[in-house]
Amino acid sequence: MSAMTDPPTGAAALPDDVVSIADARGAEVAGQWRLMWWKFRQHKLAMASGIVVLLLYLVAIFAEFLAPVDPNAFNPRYTYAPPQDLRMSFVDESGDRHWGLHVNGYRSEIDRETFRRTFVLDDDDRIAVGFFVRSDPYLLAGFIPASVKLVGPKEAGQPFYVLGADRLGRDMLSRVIHGARVSLSIGLVGVFLSLFLGVVLGGISGYYGGWIDTVIQRLIEFIRSIPTIPLWMGLAAAIPLTLHPLMVYLIITAIVSLVGWTDLGREVRGRFLSIKDEDFVAAARLDGASEGRIILRHMTPSFLSHIIATVTLAIPTMILAETALSFLGIGLRPPVVSWGVLLQEAQNVRSVVTAPWLMWPGAAVVIAVLSFNFLGDGLRDAADPYAT
Amino acid sequence: MLQYIVRRILLMIPTLLLISFVTFVVVQLPPGDYLNAYVAALTQEGGETVDREQIEMLRQRYGLDEPFLVQYWYWISNIVFEGDFGRSFQWNQPVSDLLWGRIGLTFAVSLASLLFVYVVAFPIGVYSAIRKYSLGDYVFTFLGFIGLAVPNFLLALVLMVVSLQVFGVTPGGLFSPDYASAPWSWGKFVDFLAHLWVPMIIIGTASTAALIRVMRANLLDELNKPYVETARAKGQSEAVLIMRYPVRIALNPFVSRLGWELPALVSGAAITSIVLNLPTAGPVLLTALQSQDMYLAGSFILILSTLTVIGTLVSDILLAWLDPRIRYS
Repeated sequence: MSAMTDPPTGAAALPDDVVSIADARGAEVAGQWRLMWWKFRQHKLAMASGIVVLLLYLVAIFAEFLAPVDPNAFNPRYTYAPPQDLRMSFVDESGDRHWGLHVNGYRSEIDRETFRRTFVLDDDDRIAVGFFVRSDPYLLAGFIPASVKLVGPKEAGQPFYVLGADRLGRDMLSRVIHGARVSLSIGLVGVFLSLFLGVVLGGISGYYGGWIDTVIQRLIEFIRSIPTIPLWMGLAAAIPLTLHPLMVYLIITAIVSLVGWTDLGREVRGRFLSIKDEDFVAAARLDGASEGRIILRHMTPSFLSHIIATVTLAIPTMILAETALSFLGIGLRPPVVSWGVLLQEAQNVRSVVTAPWLMWPGAAVVIAVLSFNFLGDGLRDAADPYAT
Repeated sequence: MLQYIVRRILLMIPTLLLISFVTFVVVQLPPGDYLNAYVAALTQEGGETVDREQIEMLRQRYGLDEPFLVQYWYWISNIVFEGDFGRSFQWNQPVSDLLWGRIGLTFAVSLASLLFVYVVAFPIGVYSAIRKYSLGDYVFTFLGFIGLAVPNFLLALVLMVVSLQVFGVTPGGLFSPDYASAPWSWGKFVDFLAHLWVPMIIIGTASTAALIRVMRANLLDELNKPYVETARAKGQSEAVLIMRYPVRIALNPFVSRLGWELPALVSGAAITSIVLNLPTAGPVLLTALQSQDMYLAGSFILILSTLTVIGTLVSDILLAWLDPRIRYS
């Protein structure tokens, strides 16, 4: 074997797909994180999902700017108003085409048999829609004063329901956008809480072993063996109704992560067990490094990528848990706006049949959960860039 | 084997004790005790005078003036030694009258879903692994991800809406109205089976999706091993060689998830049955929790968890019987 064809030792164990990119850029000098990035980029679906996740969080952060109206602003005139189509142009009576973004206004008709009010979109009533329209002043992300909305009717106060209106004539689009804030952040906060529990308990369990390991493993088995939803329901129902919404939010997050940490705990324990006898750990120990330093500086970086992947896969579970509890009416409650709270409106099947657009928050949940799952899958594959 | 079973049963006892304790703590969390809620409910109904003597008797029986641990002892010892789960003020009945029928149906639905999950996931998982990256594989993978991402209750809701729009009926309940309060008979059983499939599919979808991926991944690992190549080289027919060797090995992790799936399915059944309004534990548990009917809620959580743990134990024992290696690890 000549020196020319002999691959550099760093790239020896790399799979072909990564090597092909790595060849051009010098895999022998690429760090572990760079290799992971290369591998992650191969996973198209995961890349796309990563972008979707990023967009979702941007929506959550800039909710006030993106939502056309206040999510709690109600208007009894437009109860269950159907969605309006956003149109680019219209043709007038003389057959000329006029350009300009607009939606059609409503004409309400009373059904002569059922005496129910139904809405019909009125083709002659056009409401001009513009970008960056003026609005009442608000605080963007809670602290930046602003008074411009991304999109909305040019003349304030005109009906603008792109995704329809709910029971109280509130705009579904604005509500779904604002719901993202609570639902997505519960996923993040919850996952950090369970990460903390999982890393501390799993780490102790794997690093020290012995009786403490047995106790923690029994605890994990115990939590896993009981059906979680009845237990969650019991805990959530104990939250006093008079509590401040923020406290309810925190308690719900804690309840959800109380069960969610077990997966992370197992993962961390397994990693600790598998590397605590490795040579580099022994070397650090012989070098006189303190236990904290060994754990944080030497052991944690070697399995950090796996933890990130597991965390990403845990977030959708948290989102689903919050949605389910709020849907049942024992999680978050109005006036808090989360996807689960919004779906409460859809609990009555008959109202969904008359207003199918009440299911939009459900679509938001599905999109968020799917993207997190794909992203997590891609991260898990990339976490080990040396595997084929 | 016997030693293994005995050890597992002994290990289960502290788990059950812990479950009962956690349950009691959870149902005691809301402020005020059972009798406050009871009296409030009686006065709210109006007209009915609160019987002081009866209240005093209940206070004595459940030790409501005693410290927390003593109350726990009264509660659990009444259940274990006398089968007395307390009274539900909401229904004005002993809890045990409400409990068993609904628990039975809950587990009937959960076990049916378990069966559905395994019967569906096995062939699809094997197919997806053998025909890797085929159109069918992509379709099943996609459906699987959708199944994972759509929460049970949303699926139930969509199904009900669609059925109301298309057929004009809601597929709620587990029985036709004629059979709802009738005693069990062959006709009622057939009627039950006819209603069972809707909740069974809804509850089972997420687990099915997860298991398909487990089966596919395991079988893919096995298919690349040299022994498969050897069998192929010896001229063994493809169908026989795949079913006889790699599938049998890949089956192991697939079956050992049984113990995990049961709690998940019981959980799923609780929430799905609330949406579909099934006469199972879910709806009663929810209203009991909301009105703080503590003995009713506590008994449901306790029995659901206990039976799930026992179910998991049975599945573990079955596994140990199938695969002797488990007994020694």
